[in-house]
Amino acid sequence: MTAESERPGQARDPAQPGHGDSGRAAESVLNLDRLSLSFGGLRALSELDLRVDDREIVSLIGPNGAGKTTVFNVITGVYQPNSGDVLFAGRTLAGQPPHRIARLGIGRTFQTLRLFLNMSVIENVMAATYGNTKAMPWESVLRLPRARREEREVRALAEDVLSFFGQRLAGYRWDQPAYSLSYANRRRLEIARALATRPRLLLLDEPAAGMNPAETHEITELIARLRDERDVAVLVIEHDMHVVSGCSDRVIALDHGVKIAEGGFDAVASHPAVVEAYMGRDPEALSDAG
Amino acid sequence: MSLDSQPPAAGPQVGADEWVARQAHRREYLPSWLGTGQRWLERVGWWPKLLVVGLAGAALPLLGLGGFQLQVGIDALVIALLAVGLNIVVGWAGLLDLGYVAFFGFGAYGFALLSSSQIGPNGIHLPTYLSVPIVMIGAAVLGLLVGWPSRRLIGDYLAIVTLFFGEAFVEFTNNVAPSVLGGPNGIVGIDPISVFGRQITTNAGYYYLLVVVLVLTMAVLRLLDTSRTGRAWRAVREDPLAAASMTIPVNRVKLMAFMFGAVVAALTGTIFAAQQISVFPTDFDTPILILIYAGLILGGAGSIAGAAAGALVLMVIYDGLLRSPTDSGYLFYGLILLTLVVKLRPWRRLAVVLAATVALGFAAHAVAGAISARAVAGGPHSTGWLAAALRDWVVVPANAQVLGNWGYVLLVCLLIALVQVGRRWRTILLPPTICLASFVWETRLAVEPAITRQLMIGAILIVMMNARPQGLLGSRRVEAIT
Amino acid sequence: MAFFFQELVNGITTGALYALVALGFTMVYGVLKLLNFAHGDLYMIGAYIGFFVIQWFGGPNALTIPVPLLLVIMFVLAAGLVGGLGVAIERFAYRPLRDAPRIAPLITAIGISFFLENSALLLFGAQPRIYNTPQFISFSSGIQIGSVSIDAVQILVLVLGLVLMVGLRLLVNRTKVGRQMRAVAADREAAEMLGINVNFTIAATFFIGSALAGVAGVMGGLLFNQVTATIGFIAGLKAFTAAVVGGIGSIPGAVLGGLLLGVAESFITGYISSTFTNLFVFALLIAVMLVRPSGLLGRAQLQKV
Repeated sequence: MTAESERPGQARDPAQPGHGDSGRAAESVLNLDRLSLSFGGLRALSELDLRVDDREIVSLIGPNGAGKTTVFNVITGVYQPNSGDVLFAGRTLAGQPPHRIARLGIGRTFQTLRLFLNMSVIENVMAATYGNTKAMPWESVLRLPRARREEREVRALAEDVLSFFGQRLAGYRWDQPAYSLSYANRRRLEIARALATRPRLLLLDEPAAGMNPAETHEITELIARLRDERDVAVLVIEHDMHVVSGCSDRVIALDHGVKIAEGGFDAVASHPAVVEAYMGRDPEALSDAG
Repeated sequence: MSLDSQPPAAGPQVGADEWVARQAHRREYLPSWLGTGQRWLERVGWWPKLLVVGLAGAALPLLGLGGFQLQVGIDALVIALLAVGLNIVVGWAGLLDLGYVAFFGFGAYGFALLSSSQIGPNGIHLPTYLSVPIVMIGAAVLGLLVGWPSRRLIGDYLAIVTLFFGEAFVEFTNNVAPSVLGGPNGIVGIDPISVFGRQITTNAGYYYLLVVVLVLTMAVLRLLDTSRTGRAWRAVREDPLAAASMTIPVNRVKLMAFMFGAVVAALTGTIFAAQQISVFPTDFDTPILILIYAGLILGGAGSIAGAAAGALVLMVIYDGLLRSPTDSGYLFYGLILLTLVVKLRPWRRLAVVLAATVALGFAAHAVAGAISARAVAGGPHSTGWLAAALRDWVVVPANAQVLGNWGYVLLVCLLIALVQVGRRWRTILLPPTICLASFVWETRLAVEPAITRQLMIGAILIVMMNARPQGLLGSRRVEAIT
Repeated sequence: MAFFFQELVNGITTGALYALVALGFTMVYGVLKLLNFAHGDLYMIGAYIGFFVIQWFGGPNALTIPVPLLLVIMFVLAAGLVGGLGVAIERFAYRPLRDAPRIAPLITAIGISFFLENSALLLFGAQPRIYNTPQFISFSSGIQIGSVSIDAVQILVLVLGLVLMVGLRLLVNRTKVGRQMRAVAADREAAEMLGINVNFTIAATFFIGSALAGVAGVMGGLLFNQVTATIGFIAGLKAFTAAVVGGIGSIPGAVLGGLLLGVAESFITGYISSTFTNLFVFALLIAVMLVRPSGLLGRAQLQKV
């Protein structure tokens, strides 16, 4: 383990290679290789190269419409790319349906929350274990030993995952319907649900959207704890720069489907192309140059 | 879902989820004492309730029910079983299957072909322990065949395809291979079902068989619901994309719902065929499908108990009480009274409306009688004390058909108006509406019970969806606005 | 060969009828994303209205007004009354459910269909009501092309149908109301925010669609000579098929689907047998839905994730 800083949220030196304990130049958890996707005439992604290593937090930033959620959708199999490849721990994900990709170890949350609103909190989390369990319907009906054992394990896993969020999703909440949760708790529940798929890579789509500063700080710490305590790599789409600067090991900036910058937060944030993408070009500078 | 596990610190706290949830939970219940009853019922566990209801159902014939009532019970149990099966597809997986009745027909026809003299020189007369499982497996396969190409269809498209599949089934059995399927004359001479070696040949026997099968099916489905399959179904209904991203194989889960639903329907079909001793294409036409849906909607899609209860209540009303004019009169007037008592508050308002209605009726009757003797020459259709009470209250002319028809149209308009207007006007309009309703009832609706009960089904669907879409026993669903 | 053309003409005539009903159905779906199961019953009510107008003016044997005037009154009254009924149904039954999950208005529509059909049974009885068209529109007043004869009623249906379809296309593409309809069909919320009176537009759509169904009902009564309370259900099914095959939500698709359906039915009845016609229709629809769910002229629905 490299000697790194103290506070869990501290961003790390992006020049350091990823943390596979094996010490090899880690075979990345996720590797997007010249990924391209067009919707009719609209180029959503253009020759995108992206890498996430084990136990790394990578933030994906860029203005709206840059293609960030599209990247998530391609990774999880909702869209099929036109060209290029998605490699997960060396294996290609091309052509795989979403549920199988999820089983392979990629969990995700959604930009607009997509909880199972009419199911209880714990049922939401337990539902996500379906693909990793094997009990057949008749075994469940007859309550055969294997089914009972699996059900106990699923319940234990769900409770463990929910306990990660401490008092926020504490025991008495478990049987409440998901629609009764506050907004921030719903976001947390979605992360919990994704954790239940035992992922190696977590895709978080704007986890801090709509949160106040206190909740944002909490989420930033949570993401870092995900990496440290749960051993997952995290790819985060975020607009809130507090979150990005607070927990990322590396930042990648996208605009119009193209990667325009990559590196540590400070480097990327001050990169001229990134500034231009977010803020537009300085008209005075233009007229000066012309 | 119990919300009482941990009380809040000190009364409701702003922003605290539990208080909000508890209030929302409270609003789900039916008004007044019905709601209290619901809350009490919720505390009792699911299994004890099933046991009680099952025993009650089994005990019913012992109270000395006659042949007709037994048949009503059998019909009710058949539809209840079908509603419970449909609940898997519609209530749990959220797939709008409008061809469900075709699986019912498949089960019935399949059993008929395997247990009668229809095929071959002497017919196939497979014993029950072979024919029923074969039919059920066949239904599972059929469910697979129907569900698999439809797996990509969303909502409306699935409804259309399944609707046409159901229609195609009726056309098929009506027109194709009449020598085998019997054409419009169906198949007759079906063997009875035998259980543990004993043949069931009486209506009472089939009644008990159906009670047992219904209880067992509900038990199996309950066990499924609380397992990973049930969670997967419900997740798919909530949000198929999110479910897929959470390792759930959505298409496979949908297919399982189709297959389970089909198997339940087919099983019901076999019992139906054996009890009826015959099957006809018209037994499986759209009106039956609507009946199943009405029962499911009335009770509440999404809950096993709701499906069964709604179907049972509906069928008892549909079949039983609408056969004899007196009974249907009890039902009609009783329902009006019940609705008023449950919904009208405060008590003073209820008293005013009732008094006004009674007064208005007598007044109208007296005025009509004074104008022309023929205007009150007819009498209420019931007999006994109800007729005596009504005779001077409701206006029933001698030849009432045309007048009754106009009254019907006016009544529909008035009922729509009642829904739209404010509280004060509603109180004012209620007495004349009730008088008009009884007029229309006596002159037209009671005279044509077959049509009236279909009208009731249509009205149930419309009213339930508008007023209480979760059904009488269901809980309110929250849908994400997309 | 003459038989072929005769069947073709017959098929196009009934196809025009199906197209008219399908048009109303597809318009409502485009604007509300609702499969209006009650639409076929509106056709049935139109047919009854036509019948009662004939009775009112003396009955088929002793008309008190000239036939052209009678026809005009029949069509106008059917269009107006059925259109109004459609608006009422939308206002009281569908509007409260506009933001409810899709299953709610669908089930309500089924309920309304059931209710309308049985109300007609109650009010008009189960006996078929005979138009007796040949009494006042004689068969011989048609035209003859070679050995193919097209009688007057068929000409009426074809001409009026064509006029209505063209008129509808002009309405939808060239008028303000039509533009508003297309906007609401594309994105209801956005249309509302742009100042379009969505309630009025939807009501107008229902009116036009239902009026078309009512007119088609009168045509059907004239063509098939009778009306019963149960024809609505079958008319609805055929309208579905036509609209869906052509592409639900697409107006040219409804016309295309209707004509295809009518012609196909005609040929199957003529060349094979009438017993299998309905079965074929159902099989056709299922096949189209599975192979190309968006229909022949429809556009696939996109879903934003």
